[in-house]
Amino acid sequence: MSSILVIVFLPLLAAIVAGLGNKSLGFLPAKIITTGALFISCALSWPIFIAFLSGNAEATVVPVLKWVESGAMSFDWALRVDTMTAIMLVVITSVSALVHLYSWGYMDEDPDQPRFFAYLSLFTFAMLMLVTANNLVQMFFGWEGVGLASYLLIGFWFTKPSASAAAIKAFVVNRVGDLGFMLGIFGTFLVFGTTSIPDILAAAPAMKGASSIGFLGMRVDTMTILCLLLFIGAMGKSAQLGLHTWLPDAMEGPTPVSALIHAATMVTAGVFMVCRLSPMFEAAPVALTFVTFIGGATCLFAATIGTTQWDIKRVIAYSTCSQLGYMFFAAGVGAYGVAMFHLFTHAFFKALLFLGAGSVIHAMHHEQDMRYYGGLRKKIPFTFWGMMAGTLAITGVGIYWLHAGFAGFHSKDAILEAAFASGTEMGRTAFWLGTIAALLTSFYSWRLMFLTFWGKPRWADSEHIQHAVHHDHADSDHANPAAQEDAGDDAQHHVPSPAENDGTAGYHPHESPWVMLIPLIVLSLGAVFAGYVFTHAFVEDEGFWNGAIAYNEHLIHAMHSVPLWVKLAATVAMLLGLAGAWIAYIKNTSIPGKFVEQIKPIHAFLFNKWYFDELYHFIFVRPAYWLGKVFWRFGDVGLIDRFGPNGAAWVVGKGSAYAKKVQSGYLYSYALIMLLGLVAAITWVML
Amino acid sequence: MEGFPILSLMLLVPLAAAVACLFVDAKAARTIALIATLVDLALGLVLWAGFDVGGAQWQYVERAPLFAGFTWALGIDGIALLLIILSVFLMPICIGASWNSITKRVGEYMAAFLLMETLMIGVFAAQDLYLFYIFFEAGLIPMYLIIGIWGGDNRIYASYKFFLYTLLGSVLMLIAMLWMVNQAGTTDIPTLMSYDFPAQAQTWLFFAFFASFAVKMPMWPVHTWLPDAHVQAPTAGSVILAGVLLKMGGYGFIRFSLPMFPIASAEWAWLIWGLSMVAVVVTSLIAFVQHDMKKLIAYSSVAHMAIVTVGLFSFNVQGLEGSMMLMLAHGLVSGALFLCVGVIYDRLHTREISRYGGIALNMPKYAMLFLFFTMASIGLPATANFVGEFLSLAGIYQVSSWAALICGTGIILGAAYMLVLYRRVVFGAQVNADAAAMPDLDLREWLMLGSLTLATLWMGIYPESFIAPMRQDIVKLEARLSPDAPQGDSRLVMGDPQPTEEVQAHEGAH
Repeated sequence: MSSILVIVFLPLLAAIVAGLGNKSLGFLPAKIITTGALFISCALSWPIFIAFLSGNAEATVVPVLKWVESGAMSFDWALRVDTMTAIMLVVITSVSALVHLYSWGYMDEDPDQPRFFAYLSLFTFAMLMLVTANNLVQMFFGWEGVGLASYLLIGFWFTKPSASAAAIKAFVVNRVGDLGFMLGIFGTFLVFGTTSIPDILAAAPAMKGASSIGFLGMRVDTMTILCLLLFIGAMGKSAQLGLHTWLPDAMEGPTPVSALIHAATMVTAGVFMVCRLSPMFEAAPVALTFVTFIGGATCLFAATIGTTQWDIKRVIAYSTCSQLGYMFFAAGVGAYGVAMFHLFTHAFFKALLFLGAGSVIHAMHHEQDMRYYGGLRKKIPFTFWGMMAGTLAITGVGIYWLHAGFAGFHSKDAILEAAFASGTEMGRTAFWLGTIAALLTSFYSWRLMFLTFWGKPRWADSEHIQHAVHHDHADSDHANPAAQEDAGDDAQHHVPSPAENDGTAGYHPHESPWVMLIPLIVLSLGAVFAGYVFTHAFVEDEGFWNGAIAYNEHLIHAMHSVPLWVKLAATVAMLLGLAGAWIAYIKNTSIPGKFVEQIKPIHAFLFNKWYFDELYHFIFVRPAYWLGKVFWRFGDVGLIDRFGPNGAAWVVGKGSAYAKKVQSGYLYSYALIMLLGLVAAITWVML
Repeated sequence: MEGFPILSLMLLVPLAAAVACLFVDAKAARTIALIATLVDLALGLVLWAGFDVGGAQWQYVERAPLFAGFTWALGIDGIALLLIILSVFLMPICIGASWNSITKRVGEYMAAFLLMETLMIGVFAAQDLYLFYIFFEAGLIPMYLIIGIWGGDNRIYASYKFFLYTLLGSVLMLIAMLWMVNQAGTTDIPTLMSYDFPAQAQTWLFFAFFASFAVKMPMWPVHTWLPDAHVQAPTAGSVILAGVLLKMGGYGFIRFSLPMFPIASAEWAWLIWGLSMVAVVVTSLIAFVQHDMKKLIAYSSVAHMAIVTVGLFSFNVQGLEGSMMLMLAHGLVSGALFLCVGVIYDRLHTREISRYGGIALNMPKYAMLFLFFTMASIGLPATANFVGEFLSLAGIYQVSSWAALICGTGIILGAAYMLVLYRRVVFGAQVNADAAAMPDLDLREWLMLGSLTLATLWMGIYPESFIAPMRQDIVKLEARLSPDAPQGDSRLVMGDPQPTEEVQAHEGAH
């Protein structure tokens, strides 16, 4: 299976060529090279996946290069291919190839396209290195590599201050998780004497509750602390509660980036890590309980925020955060296959939703506020149907008795059933959190759809739209929001026309070009069928996994025997959410305003994202600046320099002034000093 | 090359060139300096190619008795080899960096640099204690002159501070050396490295050497000379200061303190860890609030070198090899960062961060390379720094999880201050017209930064080339240290971690 070498390194090569060639290479060659490389990788990945699906493949490791050998610690560059990898390969290369293609249209007017495509390909390479890692350190390489690419792409429009601020935030918050990951690797090496993943996983079960390790002066259960440290890394990358604050801000990046990195692939790396290391986590029940708790809490927490946001991308971002929570609590209760299944289906429908949102934004001249959308159903029908497929998938529409539904129906229901069937207290809690979150998911997803595609056009108040109309050109020159000037100065030239009274301001949204619609269509197929087709393999087929994860057969059986109301809970929650959204945003649009008026403090709390940013700013960022100033002004300059070198200079100055006086030239004073010195010396020797 | 005194030749070439530079005009001085440093680089590569990995510990040994017990004794092991390679690699880049920016007294300037090169190689190659001392201390003089004559506005204060700090340590070290030679009856460094000094004496000897090396590293709280020296030094001075001079401290620890005073080293390891932990957090936070680019990078150096010291004092192979790798990596990357500052300083003549902004638009190539070195400094995997940082921290984790955690925060804080610096200089809108008009890198700058980029990637992707030569030296050192090495707090203890077990485990430790 050395095609894996091509799959992984072709995107890197493309990134180097496009990145170094940059503008001298020309836009078209850069786009062809990167997109072509990704389609080749994608075409080579599916056969691998199908081979594993049909049970005709065994796990292999393709060595590449020696990396580090330091005493007992040694790790190499190598590519591991097993079921886990095969799943991730198709997810990454398929979504990436489609996003590359989509960007031909979305980034068409950007002056910096080669750089953009180089970053996208670089990201894909790093992500592939992450999922093919055979040791923890290479996984960490991929981990940091995707972090770098994410930083570069969030800050792609670098002249925009908010974009570079968001990029830094994403990198630094992730670094907090990375520290946990790194300490986890160190601990794992200390305990197992290796960083090789298969060796660790083979040895892990025997360590369950069998030993203790010192950590920060405490003696703690070895596996618990190792898994918790590693999980902190997963929390950072997958934006779980506490380390989630970077993800919404990451929406500053171009929308194709949000689809690829901040929905389908990079943010799922944490889930991938927990599943990849599942035999370790199985040996650490306390850590698993924590994983379940964090997953369940995040899934509800992010959904509550999602219901209040106006920015279309932020709604989907919180939705991603929430869906990742589902995956984590599935893993937390031991249903790793189910977690991976949701990761798989989510990649398709969430990428679809983001790319659909991108198409809406493209049509609406970079307006992202849903308050200025409305009635777009007929204007951009392809986008509408794509988004519809995505919404049906994420809300989990399906019919239980037929065992058929859209992608999310299969994977999300399986997660809730697994959580209930786990029988643990935390599992049950997660089940309820997940069910309530399913209701909210349905509500905010349909809210998004209704606000965007139904109702009357509300475009007239949008600055972006006015800007477009009064400049009398569609959206040329404006692919780069950084280039947008203030629209205010044009308002005075505004001549009202009859067409504007219908809320459109005379603006005509247009459907996106085919390069953007084809990815939408392909992903729609995934959103519709991925669940139905693959549910058996992922959830119930131990042979498919073939030892790549810890497969809990007992749990899968228990899932089948949960009460009927548990199986229907998600569907009921979905219907309630849909009904709520329909009443509030179609039937009587005055309800949301009145309702918000009633619960103002709660709404403000949710709308301001539980004030996490403000809290972190207050307890981390500001003290860091303050301490830096104090340590510098007071510590280095005020104390060390003052009493150190400057003090020494002062002493020398004073001392020589004094010495001048002592050198009086009088013999008797010299004699006195000599005598005193002699006495002192004798005294010292005698004692 | 057996028997050929290549080390002496490497010392002689720059020295002869230095003398020549004093008597020629500016243009010729530049050319002579460049040729001499390139010749030394070539000799360095010959040295590396001819080094027998896994062979004798000391290779290229030269020995010629001089007067009164002094011996001209040179020879290198893998550790010294790597640091010599680093020095000869950075020197032509330094000459290149000074090519246009130094216009006054060029001959003397080049002579100072070339003399510096001789002394640096001498420090790493010396096998005689006194010879080492002479090289080690004499290195102060050219640096003092470089800062004091070709430095910035406040150069006198900076050079005085630099001199005062470093001299203070050396006096104590000299006294310790005299005592040691008296005790052991030899000045031969390899012999002294396996000589067992009495345990009581080790403590004061350790601190006497510590005074010198801690200043050179520099460790908190004797680091305050470094920011001033960097800020005032010309670009090439900063490169060599960060690239090689700081490494003499680390080299001192690994060559003298650890093997010669293993008992005291283990006993006082907690002090080193403590100072390093403070250094990482405090200097990172200080770096965060700097307005001057060079000062920021100087403070970041202190934080990075603190990770080197914890790695050295972790008493295991990972820590020792990691700190060696981090020293080499830091030499390349902080040198490169100072060059990056130099590139824009040459154009705009200010180091004030706020005077720049949005220069990615007019200097895309520069933005790319500066980004690379920023990421390397943050310790991104596949760069040299990652290998060093990762191994150092992996080493210290085995003996102190606290030290690993606190020093590990350096990767978070480091990312914060470096990315903020990068953002303020390179990203954002173009607010200053003169900054927006700066031309992109020219060929000379490309060559300097490009070669550093390749070296950094090489060390990050295939560090085996660099770890292999020092492997057996580190194993020997670890074997010497292990009898006295402190017990780790993070040890694995088999058995159910119940309270009763905890007591037993505790008792077992004593």
